[in-house]
Amino acid sequence: MSAASQFKEEAHEITRDLRHRQLIQTALGKYEIKRDEKKAAFQDWQAARQAAAETKWDAINHLDTYLQEFATKLEARGTKVHWASTAPQARDIILNIIREKKARTIVKSKAMTAEEIHLNDALEKSGFEVVESDLGEFIVQLRHEPPYHIVFPAMHLTRGDISELFARELGSAPTDSPEELTMIARRALRNKYVTADVGITGANFAIAETGMISITENEGNARLTAALPKTMISLLGIEKVLPKMEDLALFLPMLATAGAGQTITGYNSLYGGPRQPGESDGPDEFHVVLLDNRRTELLADAEQRDALHCIRCGACLNVCPIFRNVGGHTYGTTYSGPIGSVITPHLRGLQDWKHLSSASSLCGACTEACPVKIDLHHHLLHNRRNSATEKPNRLEKLGLKLFAFVVNHPAFYSLAKKMGRLMQPLHALVKGTRIDPAYGWTQSRDLPTMPRQSFKDWWRTRP
Amino acid sequence: MTEREKILGRIREALTLSAPMPGKHHSPAAHSSVNGHAVASASDWLPLVGEAFESQITTFRTCSTELKTDFQLFDSHEHLTSKLQEISRAESWQQIASHGGNLALPAAESLGLPILRTDSPYDVVALEKCDVGITECDALVAQTGSVLVTSRSAGGRALSVLPPHHVVIARREQLLADLPSAFALLQKKYASNYPSFISFITGPSRTGDIERILVLGAHGPKKLTVLCF
Ligand code: SF4
Repeated sequence: MSAASQFKEEAHEITRDLRHRQLIQTALGKYEIKRDEKKAAFQDWQAARQAAAETKWDAINHLDTYLQEFATKLEARGTKVHWASTAPQARDIILNIIREKKARTIVKSKAMTAEEIHLNDALEKSGFEVVESDLGEFIVQLRHEPPYHIVFPAMHLTRGDISELFARELGSAPTDSPEELTMIARRALRNKYVTADVGITGANFAIAETGMISITENEGNARLTAALPKTMISLLGIEKVLPKMEDLALFLPMLATAGAGQTITGYNSLYGGPRQPGESDGPDEFHVVLLDNRRTELLADAEQRDALHCIRCGACLNVCPIFRNVGGHTYGTTYSGPIGSVITPHLRGLQDWKHLSSASSLCGACTEACPVKIDLHHHLLHNRRNSATEKPNRLEKLGLKLFAFVVNHPAFYSLAKKMGRLMQPLHALVKGTRIDPAYGWTQSRDLPTMPRQSFKDWWRTRP
Repeated sequence: MTEREKILGRIREALTLSAPMPGKHHSPAAHSSVNGHAVASASDWLPLVGEAFESQITTFRTCSTELKTDFQLFDSHEHLTSKLQEISRAESWQQIASHGGNLALPAAESLGLPILRTDSPYDVVALEKCDVGITECDALVAQTGSVLVTSRSAGGRALSVLPPHHVVIARREQLLADLPSAFALLQKKYASNYPSFISFITGPSRTGDIERILVLGAHGPKKLTVLCF
């Protein structure tokens, strides 16, 4: 089945699932209250957005310079920097490090780039045990599911679902307390940190000036992943760059506010290398893997280049009426919601993923929510335009030509009006059935009755 | 050609076309920052913090309450130490961990318990069994209620995250107004040779992954106590 028909089918199913809808509305309702409160605490949120957008613009439009600075600074302090053009290359780099270390257990903290390259699958197929340590990721890993949301991976599950899952997979006693469930996961994972040979993380920002990665999290699992195993591997997209360390003073609170309604996230940690001389702990080896995976193609599209400014806060998902109805899994992509709809066609092919750009009400809520001011809803239109130019739809073109002809010729237009008025009663016979020519439209909508007198007729006969 | 050269080559090629500056199409009032660098004025946009010590302490306290950090201010190191002893009794600590620093270590020693020191290589399994990690910090940030630590100021990477309770001992002078001042401090203190780990700790470890309900102590400390004098 094509990605487009699968999307349609699943969206059709899930939009009727009232339990799903309620769960998402409650969770996002809570988020909205906190987000508004934290946004209001800013002295000038709009100025902060503009500054963040300009800083990211600077970073992305001088990406070559900043990436080299980032890599050179890291290497100077003993970090091994790897460059991967494609997903298979990134997987091989990571697998080779792990094989060389003769590792058995691997702990991993949340990384969307790892989802993007299907890292866990690759590691498991090669016989390694990988444990997701972020609670939400741990839950969806036990369910053999991809994360539902880039920030809240297990948002689609109730405590009941999770209790059942833990009982089945971990043998724990059923409970309906989120606290107890969290403690079950804590106990299950503690031992893994202490014994794991390799820790894998993602990164939220890459600081060029100082050669550091910055990781934002609430649970402390990434900190443990970066503190205890002997080898640390961080996988990040090349677009994560920020020019200066002090830029974080703006980006850390904006990420937290837009994404989760927090003033700042629980732990914001910077890592500039493996354990340095005189330090007592930390990994002996630190590997940073820089991933392109068609980001440079998006970079080459100057019109949509700003989509690389994305800091993956998830705000655009949270406010999107489509996301809120169809949910995260329906997209069938690593990145869902508006940003996913914008970038997936670039990362995985326009013709296969253009349908996502039509799954939009074009309300612009995403653009409004985005802390780095990415022009999301216009990019959805750009994708539609590009796909139509690349592969025109002949039938649609013909239809529009016909329409243009009719509206440009008053005689035909008034004939069409008369026909419409006469035929409309007959439409009731087929309305909403498969033989209805306007089925796609009329299955869930009513056509207004055509008036007896048109405006034009009225104008002519007015006293 | 290496992959590095290939990627950089593709980037350079892509950048031959220039992209519009953000905020120029659809938003009328673009507040422009000087030379694309934001932070000179970030303090003007971020949440407001007063200038006086008293008001900064109040902000830090308000943030702490919201975050469920236990924050207490003392007028001397002795009072602080006796509070620490009180917590130790109340939680019946058996094993404690700390690092050599002239604020943390004397306070830890006053408890009369065996101390695991993490400023030189140590046994992780033993640290995992400790009831508390007592550390110093680089700064407290009023704006966000954060504690700024580094591998150098706080006994490595794990001491402040592995034990179930993290106690921070700080001096009043360490209180900073906001995040930009915290980054300025890091630069001033370490620019010639940064520690390999720097972290802004804001509240005890937390998660909202189950129905967006807040639970403390997800993987890191269930409790964060900041004792300041
Ligand atoms: S596009 Fe903007 S709002 Fe959406 S995830 Fe990225 S930064 Fe956040």
